Amino acid sequence: MLRNISFNDGNPDLIVGLEHSEDAGVFRLNDGTFLVQTADFITPVVDDPFMYGRIAAANSLSDIYAMGGQAICCLNLVCYDSCNIKSHELRNILLGALDAVREAGAVILGGHTVDDREMKFGLSVTGIVEERSITRNNSARPGDLLILTKPLGMGILTTANKVDMASEKSMETATAIMAMLNRGAAEAMNEVGVHSATDITGFGLIGHALEMARASNVSFRLSTDTIPFLSEAVDLAGMGLIPAGSYANRQFAEESVLFEANITDDKKMIYFDAQTSGGLFISVSTDKATRLLEKIRKSGASQAEIIGKVTDLQEKYIIFA
Amino acid sequence: MSQIVDAKGLACPQPVIMAKKALSDITEGVITVIVDSEASRENVRRFSESQGCTVTVTEKDGDFHLEIAKGYTCTVPGQAEIPTHPTGKKRVMFIQSETIGPDEGLGKQLMKAFLENMVELEDHELPERMIFVNRGVFITCLWDQTIEKLGQLEKRDVGIFSCGACLDYFKIADKLKIGKVGNAFDTVQTLIQYDNVITLG
Repeated sequence: MLRNISFNDGNPDLIVGLEHSEDAGVFRLNDGTFLVQTADFITPVVDDPFMYGRIAAANSLSDIYAMGGQAICCLNLVCYDSCNIKSHELRNILLGALDAVREAGAVILGGHTVDDREMKFGLSVTGIVEERSITRNNSARPGDLLILTKPLGMGILTTANKVDMASEKSMETATAIMAMLNRGAAEAMNEVGVHSATDITGFGLIGHALEMARASNVSFRLSTDTIPFLSEAVDLAGMGLIPAGSYANRQFAEESVLFEANITDDKKMIYFDAQTSGGLFISVSTDKATRLLEKIRKSGASQAEIIGKVTDLQEKYIIFA
Repeated sequence: MSQIVDAKGLACPQPVIMAKKALSDITEGVITVIVDSEASRENVRRFSESQGCTVTVTEKDGDFHLEIAKGYTCTVPGQAEIPTHPTGKKRVMFIQSETIGPDEGLGKQLMKAFLENMVELEDHELPERMIFVNRGVFITCLWDQTIEKLGQLEKRDVGIFSCGACLDYFKIADKLKIGKVGNAFDTVQTLIQYDNVITLG
C-alpha cells in the first residue's frame, strides 16, 4: 500500500522513517537530542475499561521503548460510540491510560475524539532518545543471544475471552502482562547496551522476529523449550479461538520459517499469534545476555527468557529448534 | 436433513460459538457451518475436531462449507463419500512440473497434449481441482494455448490453483493468467482429503 510513496524527501534530520518497518520514527532536533514518535490504538482486549485503557497506553508506549527511548508526552486518541457508551466507562479508560502514562514518567497534553461505532483507544506518544541508545531492528549480529521479555498467547486468550471461554485465572495473568510497561526492560537494555530490539505486537513473535532477521541479514534459531507462553493459550488454539490476524501472520511469514522441532500445529499458532502490548525482543552479545536478563527480570518482567541465538543467514530466516 | 449454520461475514470467534451451540443441541448427526474466511474455516475445523467430530470442508462460490459429523466415528458420511462419490468428481490433479518424463522437449509436448485433451472429458470424469506446483506454475502463467483450454475446464467447475510460494520463487506471480493462488495449507489439506490424487510431471 505504501510501497510507491516516498515519505522521505531527503531531510538530513530524518533518522528513522517509514521505509524501515521500525517501531517508531526518529528525528534529530539538534546535535544531542533525538525525537522519537509513534501512535497506536486498539479495540478493547479486556472487559474492564480501566485495564483496557492501561493496556492500550502500555501498547502505544512500547514502541518508544523498543527504540531505546523515554516517553515524554502523550495525546489520547479516542474513537467511541457516543450513543451507547456509559460516561463512566470512557472516564475509566482515560484513567487507566493516565495510570500507565504516569508510571512511564510522561504526561498527557490533550487528545482527540471521534464518534465511531467500534470503540478504539490509544496514544500518540512523543519521546526522546540519546543517539547511542537508538536501538534499531536491523542490527542483530551472528553470535548474539535473543531475549523475549513477556510470554506469548495474548491474542488467543483475548479472543477466547470475548466469548467467555478463557479461564478467569489466565485472563488475570494475561491482563497483568499486557498492562505492564516495557519501560523497565528498555532501561535495562540501555544500561547494558544491546545490538538490536523491537517489540512483539500485531505481527506476533514470528512476524516481528522476521522483520529483524531480514533487515539484519541473519537467521534466528529459536528454542521451543524456552519461549515463554501462557499454557492455556495452546488449549484454546486447539478449540479454534484464534484471531484472524494470527492466521494472516502465518500466511505472510510461514515461507520464511522452518520448524525443526516436532511441535503441534496448535503450539505453532502461539508463535504466529498477534500480541497486544507484547514484550521487547532484544538481540544482545553473549557476554552481556545473562546480566541483561537478570536486570529485566528484576524490573518486573519475571517471565523474560533467552529464547535463541543469531546465526549467519540460513535458507530460512527463522528456525524453531 | 442436516442443520445449516450460516456464519458468513462474522468475525472470529463468533462462527466457532455458533458451531459450538449447534453441536451441543444434537447428540449425533451432521451440521453444516458456512463461513467466508480462511481464519473462520480453520477455527471451526479446529473446534470441531477438538470435540471429537469429523469435518469435511468444501469450497462453494468462495464460501467454505464445513460438514461436521458428531456421534459416530466409523460411518461419517462426509468421509465415506469421498472414494465412492457417484460422479467420481472427487479427484484432484497435482501437476508438479512443466514436463512429463525424462526428456524435457518431449515431456513438454506430452504435458501440453495431456492437459489440452482434458476438455474432451465428460463432466463427471473431470477432476475437482488441479493444483500446479514447482515448475508447473509456468503452465498457468505462460502457456497461452493450454491456459485457454484450462479456462474451459474452469468454466466447468474445475478449480485451478497455482502455488503462491512457487509463483513468488520464480518471480512470475504477476503473470498468472488462470485460476487462483493456492497456499500450502489448502494444498496439503486437499491432498489428504481427496482419495484420488493424480500426479503429473
